[in-house]
Amino acid sequence: MLAFILRRLAQSIVVMAVVALIAFMLFRYVGDPVASLLGQDSRLQDFEELRERLGLNDPFYVQFGRFIANAVQGEFGISYRLQQPVSELILSRLPATIELAFASAIIALVFGLSLGVFTALKPRSFAAGLIMTLSLVGVSLPTFLIGIGLIYVFAVELQWLPSFGRGDVVRIGSWDTGLLTSTGIRSLILPAITLSLFQLTLIMRLVRAEMLEVLRQDYIRFARARGLSNRAINFGHALKNTMVPVITITGLQLGSVIAFSIVTETVFQWPGVGSLFINSVQVVDVPVMAAYLMFIAFVFVVINLIVDILYFAVDPRLRIGSGRR
Amino acid sequence: MRKLLITASVLALGLAVMPASAETIRWARNSDALTLDPHSQNQGTTHTFVHHIYETLVDRDVEGSLQPRLATEWKVKEDDPTVWVFKIREGVKFHDGSDFTAEDVVFSLDRARSEKSNLKQLHSAVESVTAVDDYTVEVKMTGPSPLYPNNLTNTFIMDKGWTEKNNAVEVQQAGSTDDNYAVRNTNGTGPYILESRDPDVRSVLKINANHWAEKKPDITEIIYLPIADNATRVAALLSGEVDLVQDVPVQDVERLANTAGINVETGPENRFIYFGYRFGDAPLKSSNVTDKNPINDPRVREAMHLAIDRNAIQKVVMRGQSIPTGVANPPFVNGWTPELAAYPEKADVARAKELLAEAGYPDGFSITLDTPNNRYVNDEAISQAVVGMLGQIGIKVTLASRPIAQHSPLIQNSETDFYLLGWGVPTFDSAYTFNDLIHTKAGHFGAYNPSGYTNPELDKQIESLATEIDLDKRNATIAEIWKKVQEDRVLLPIHVQVLAYAMKDKFSLAVHPENQPRMYEVTVNK
Repeated sequence: MLAFILRRLAQSIVVMAVVALIAFMLFRYVGDPVASLLGQDSRLQDFEELRERLGLNDPFYVQFGRFIANAVQGEFGISYRLQQPVSELILSRLPATIELAFASAIIALVFGLSLGVFTALKPRSFAAGLIMTLSLVGVSLPTFLIGIGLIYVFAVELQWLPSFGRGDVVRIGSWDTGLLTSTGIRSLILPAITLSLFQLTLIMRLVRAEMLEVLRQDYIRFARARGLSNRAINFGHALKNTMVPVITITGLQLGSVIAFSIVTETVFQWPGVGSLFINSVQVVDVPVMAAYLMFIAFVFVVINLIVDILYFAVDPRLRIGSGRR
Repeated sequence: MRKLLITASVLALGLAVMPASAETIRWARNSDALTLDPHSQNQGTTHTFVHHIYETLVDRDVEGSLQPRLATEWKVKEDDPTVWVFKIREGVKFHDGSDFTAEDVVFSLDRARSEKSNLKQLHSAVESVTAVDDYTVEVKMTGPSPLYPNNLTNTFIMDKGWTEKNNAVEVQQAGSTDDNYAVRNTNGTGPYILESRDPDVRSVLKINANHWAEKKPDITEIIYLPIADNATRVAALLSGEVDLVQDVPVQDVERLANTAGINVETGPENRFIYFGYRFGDAPLKSSNVTDKNPINDPRVREAMHLAIDRNAIQKVVMRGQSIPTGVANPPFVNGWTPELAAYPEKADVARAKELLAEAGYPDGFSITLDTPNNRYVNDEAISQAVVGMLGQIGIKVTLASRPIAQHSPLIQNSETDFYLLGWGVPTFDSAYTFNDLIHTKAGHFGAYNPSGYTNPELDKQIESLATEIDLDKRNATIAEIWKKVQEDRVLLPIHVQVLAYAMKDKFSLAVHPENQPRMYEVTVNK
């Protein structure tokens, strides 16, 4: 187990380094940061000076080496745009993104699981058919459209919920939480639903398919023959055996929820790292972009690791397998 | 009953203590100020926000004319045309209570023209700044600079003592690794005091009760809310979560104007949109004509001018939210005349084709048009429209669309044959445009002239504007330069952008030509 984790960690470092390299190669095509830093009144000479000072005239590998050397020490530089240390910026934006991601993951998991089980157990009912049809909407509509749609219905027309922002936040240590104020909770609802919709339908369809598959298995039939209660069969045996793929998908999806909350954050002006990233891309704020991509790579690496460890917990066969090796 | 009376009198007392009308405005626009250090960025969004906290010597009103602010009067010194004398307002205090004196002006002007400041270009003609007494400042220029006060409308005055105490004398520069106190803290003389700030999220400004102005603003608290997404920003206004939206997307102007309870103010912005192209004998890089440069033929430029239907662009692309123009100059800028701004009411395709044929291109030619797609209002759509219009006379245009961060290097490095750009004139004088767009690219001049257009005689005339003190003579020269620029069709102007501010109808605020609305000028309709 320990060896497995260590091996995974070693692989992670390689992954992070490759992400950094690819990110750096891409930055050269995003545009010229100097163009957005200096205004219309600047002279060519100013441009040249600034480029020199930012080290943009150095060859690619020199810039990359400098970035890695600093990143290893946890130093990501100063944002070109906001002129504040990047690590500070990202840390201050992180609570918003994490709260949003977890809220939407919980919505997706709770509703995805229960609806999935329901549609699997009563596949021919009218309600199941309706749910399955509606779930197509969740999979196929782009996030920004869902977001704007929700804003128009619940913020503009009904005026029940706020259309943007995070409401009032309470500071606990270095963590700004919106979960303790009523405006914070109200602000969280629409973005969390928007962000969760895709994952929700995905989990639901996955659970349903797996569940239908498992319910056909012999051991379920034997269990029924033994006279076990429906509840024990459906939840004790069938559902448990569907969990491995569900955990994988949910885990990976949590990573993408954090990473791809960009669109939702932009639509709802949610002050998280995603909107920070978008604002930075527009002005080619390389230090923020680089740090953000490294951070996302890190999130994925960690989540993958946790998912792998969870397999051990859920599936006894894996434990036996590693014991033999 | 007595109890009720007491309650009533307590209430009345409470009211008496409050200012006559406590009024909060929630102000949304698409992006946040980049910094609070007033000399670190020369950027409109930042200046607009900072104008509420810090003040300038002179200010620009909504008509575009100069008004006194921290300077009460300014004039050229009688016996020396190279010295500007500023009389400084007395009795002004900074937010922390310290007195505002000529020392602070000298300090701020020196800081603004220091090596690391992004405003230094505006003060490049300054030789030295001295305080004559507590309320008089003399600015010595390298030569006569009749329009220098025009450059001061975004140069904010800081408190010398405060800045020195907090080690913020040096301007924060992009790419530096040190943190600067002035980026996040303020001590101005302005009508509002910064109460809290969370970049990209929300900033709160409270009224400065000790402000020098006699007329107190109607607005006592400003909540500034950057909302990047157009649809969300408009939705926030419709749902009543914000009171004023500064950047209204053109497609929403009409709908908002027809919405009950919302008031939309529109007005011209100090920014025109134009096309430029490559002059010179060398063949174009993106054309099928490889032995010469078709654009260098004046008949081809005239044909392009005639082929563009500016009214159609205004109607279709801009939905009425623009002022078509035949001259690269906004209407309130010195040098503008209605004659110059005249343009063909309709495209004259037949005449344009004739001209092309005369020039030796009966079947037209091909060229690539570089356009930004995220900088100006509908920039890419304007370019698309022009591609179609030029197609009608046989010029086959390939459109290359990029974000501004990738588009600007093409302009700076003269790597484009044909491009769209927008231009603002912060000095409200044509010389600013001539210096950068018309003058040959050399030294301090022609920074945004990638076209290779060069005319030594014109260059000399342009340079003379900087030092000419006789304003009539100067204006005559400006008229002459414009005449030549129009004759040569150096630029292909399309329109002046129109700004729209949408607000709840209990507020009113006129559009500011530099898109710098001031919340202290908002009036609350009772």
